Amino acid sequence: MGDDTDLTAGTEEKIRVEHLFKIFGADPQDTIRRIRDGASKEQIYAETASVAAVSDVSFSVNQGEIFVVMGLSGSGKSTLIRCINRLIEPTEGRILLDGEDIVGMDVEGLRRLRLNKLSMVFQHFALFPHKTVGENVEYGLKIRGLSARERREKAVRALEQVGLAAYTDVPPDNLSGGMQQRVGLARGLAVDPEIMLMDEPFSALDPLIRRDMQDELLALQQQLHMTIIFITHDLHEALRIGDRIAIMKDGRFVQMGTPEEIVANPADDYVSAFTRDVDRSRVFRAHLLRRDAHALSPDTAIETALERFESLGREALYVVDGHGRPLGVVRRHDLERAGQTILQDSLIDDFPSAQESQELIELYTACAKGLPVALVDDDGHLDGVIDPLEVFQILGGGSDVSVEEGNTSVQSGKPGRSTIHTGTLETRRTDHG
Amino acid sequence: MADQISDYYTLPLDDWIEFFVKDWLVPNFRPAFRAVQWPIDQVLSGLEDFLLWLPYPVFVVVVPLIAWRVAGRGVAGFTLLSLLFLDLLGIWRETMVTLAMIVTAVTFCVIVGVPLGILAARSDRFYSFIRPILDIMQTIPPFVYLVPIVMLFGVGIVPGVIATIIFALPPVIRLTNLGIRQVQAELVEAGLAFGSTRRQLLFEIQIPLALRTIMAGLNQTLMLSLSMVVIAALIGAGGLGLTVFTGLGRLDVGRASLGGIGIVLLAIMLDRITQALGEGGRSKASGQKDTLTRLFKGLVQGSKAYNKKS
Repeated sequence: MGDDTDLTAGTEEKIRVEHLFKIFGADPQDTIRRIRDGASKEQIYAETASVAAVSDVSFSVNQGEIFVVMGLSGSGKSTLIRCINRLIEPTEGRILLDGEDIVGMDVEGLRRLRLNKLSMVFQHFALFPHKTVGENVEYGLKIRGLSARERREKAVRALEQVGLAAYTDVPPDNLSGGMQQRVGLARGLAVDPEIMLMDEPFSALDPLIRRDMQDELLALQQQLHMTIIFITHDLHEALRIGDRIAIMKDGRFVQMGTPEEIVANPADDYVSAFTRDVDRSRVFRAHLLRRDAHALSPDTAIETALERFESLGREALYVVDGHGRPLGVVRRHDLERAGQTILQDSLIDDFPSAQESQELIELYTACAKGLPVALVDDDGHLDGVIDPLEVFQILGGGSDVSVEEGNTSVQSGKPGRSTIHTGTLETRRTDHG
Repeated sequence: MADQISDYYTLPLDDWIEFFVKDWLVPNFRPAFRAVQWPIDQVLSGLEDFLLWLPYPVFVVVVPLIAWRVAGRGVAGFTLLSLLFLDLLGIWRETMVTLAMIVTAVTFCVIVGVPLGILAARSDRFYSFIRPILDIMQTIPPFVYLVPIVMLFGVGIVPGVIATIIFALPPVIRLTNLGIRQVQAELVEAGLAFGSTRRQLLFEIQIPLALRTIMAGLNQTLMLSLSMVVIAALIGAGGLGLTVFTGLGRLDVGRASLGGIGIVLLAIMLDRITQALGEGGRSKASGQKDTLTRLFKGLVQGSKAYNKKS
C-alpha cells in the first residue's frame, strides 16, 4: 500500500462535531448551563429530571477513517450517531459534514444529504419484512428515483459484495442473523455513501459470525474508503476495527485515541477497567518498538564494528547491502571471540524479520531466536530493528511503564513515530485481504 | 325538602340542542348536507343497480370463486351454499340491496377513515382531538342521531347509509392509527436515514406494514355496518333490515327470522373473506400487492369459468 494514499486518507477532514449537546427534558438550555458548571449526569437527572444524553462532545473524523465510539448502554452513543444524520435533533452544537453545518439545515437539504451522502446500518438490521432482500437493498436507490433496472443492477452488485446475490428474491425473514446484517450492509453500500453510520451493527450476532463480519467490513473498507462512524459496546471490536476510538461514558468522551494509545495509556479507571483484559499482543504493532537499525555495511572493518557495538551498547547489528537490504546479522561476541578479519564470516543470514504493521503476537517466533528482529518495509529495505526482550516485556508483564519506555526510545530515534497515522490501518488491511 | 339541584333548577339542554339542530343547523346547512349525500347516492345506486342487474348464476359462480382464491376451499363451499340458500328463502333481492348498502358504507368509511387514521398516527395533537369524538361515536346509541339525520337528509336508503357510516367509522380510524404507530421505530428510522420523504415513508413502509391491522379495522367496520342494517331500516333503508323491521311490526316471527338469517349468512361470508384478505397481507412477503393480485386472479378465473359455462 503506497504511502501517498495513506496521506490523503489521513488529512482530509470529513466530519467535524463541535460541542454537541443532546438533552432530553423540559428546559434544555438550563441543563446545558448546569453541564458547563460541571454538574454530572446523575446530578442533573436528580435535580431536573432531564437526561443529558450527549454533553459537550467534540471530535473530527478524516476521510477514509473508521472512527469507533465505544460505550456501555446508556452512554449516549446511539443518540450521538443519530445526531449526525439528524434522526435525533441535536440541542446545541455544530456538525460539519465536508465543512457544511447540518444543524439547522432545512428538511429538503437534510433529505438530500441523507439521500446522497449518508447511509446507516442498524443494530437489529431494520430490514423491511414486506420487501424481498433485493427490494430492501434497492430501497435507497428507489427513493432516489432510479429506474427499476438501474437500481436492480446496483442492488445485485452490492449483494455480490457481501456474498448474497443468490438471495435477491427471498424475504429477509428467511435468512439467518448474520445474513440479514449482510443485507443491511448491502443496503447501506448500494447508495455509494461517503459516510456510513453503523449503530452496533454486529452486536446482535454471535461471536464467530461477528468476527467474520468485522473482517468483511475491513476488506470492504479497503476497496471503498468510506468514512465510517461505528458504534459498539465491545472494546475488542473497537480495537479490531477502529483507526481511532472514543470511549464514551455518561454522554461524554472519556478518552479518544488510536487503539494503541488507549490500551497503553488509559485516561482513567473507567477506561483501564476495559483495557485490563485486552490482549496487548494483538493491539500493539511492531512499529511501536522500532529502534534505529544503525546497520553496518559488509566491508566495515571489525574494529570499527566493535566500536559501534560499544558506543550503541547493542549485542547484535544488521549488515545491509548497497541498497539498504539486510544481508544478515552479526553478534558482538562472535566478532570478539573469533578474531576474524572480515565481517562476512560471522554473518548469520538466517535472521528474523517482520513488518511494521504486524501485531506483536506474530513476532513471538521471530523473537525466540534471541536475535534482534529486522523491520523490513515493502521494498525489502531495513527500516529498523526490534529488541526481542522488549517484546517479551510488553507481552509478559503487560505493564504500561515498559510501553512508555518503548515509546520514548522510539521517539528519540525518529520523532513523530509514536503517533500512529491512519496509514497504519491501510497496511494492516493487506493482512486481512 | 329540597336536597337536589334539580329541585331548584334544571338545565334546559334538551331545548338548546333542539334549537341548535332545528332552528340553526337544518335551515342553514341543509344544502351542505345534501351535497354530502350526493356521492353516497351515486355509489349506492350504481352498486345496487349493478348487483340487481348481475344475473343470479354469475353471482353464484363468481363470488365462491373469489372466496376460494382468497380464503380457501372451506369458505368457498360455505359461500356457495349460503348464496343458494338465500335464494331458496326468496330474499335474494333484499340481500343484494343490503349488500350494496354495506359495501357503500364501508367504502366511504375507508375513504374517510384511513386518511384520518394516518393523520392521527402522525400527529399526537390530532389524535387527542379525534379520540373523544371516536369514543362518542362508538358509545352513543344510534337512535339518538337518527332524528337529526332524518331532519338533515330526509328518509330513505341514503340517510340509512349515512347513519351506518357514522356508526361503523371508528374502528377503521383507530386501527389505521394503531397499525401505523406500531410499525417498529427502527424500520421508520431506516426509511428516514435513507432520505425518504414523509410520503415515501408512508407508502413504502408504514402502510404496507400496518396493512394487516388496517384490514382488521376494515373487518370490524364491516361487521358494525351489518349490525346497523335493521336500525337503518327505521329511517327508510330497504333490504334485509326492512324484512326484519316489517316482521317485527306485524309480529311475524317467521318473516323477521328470514331477514335475520340473511344478515347472519351475509356477515359470515364477508367476514371470512375479508379476514383472509387481511391475513394474506402478512403471511406472504409482498403484502398488498400479493393480496390484490390474488383477488384479481380470482376475478379473472371466475369470469373465465362463467364464460365457458354460458
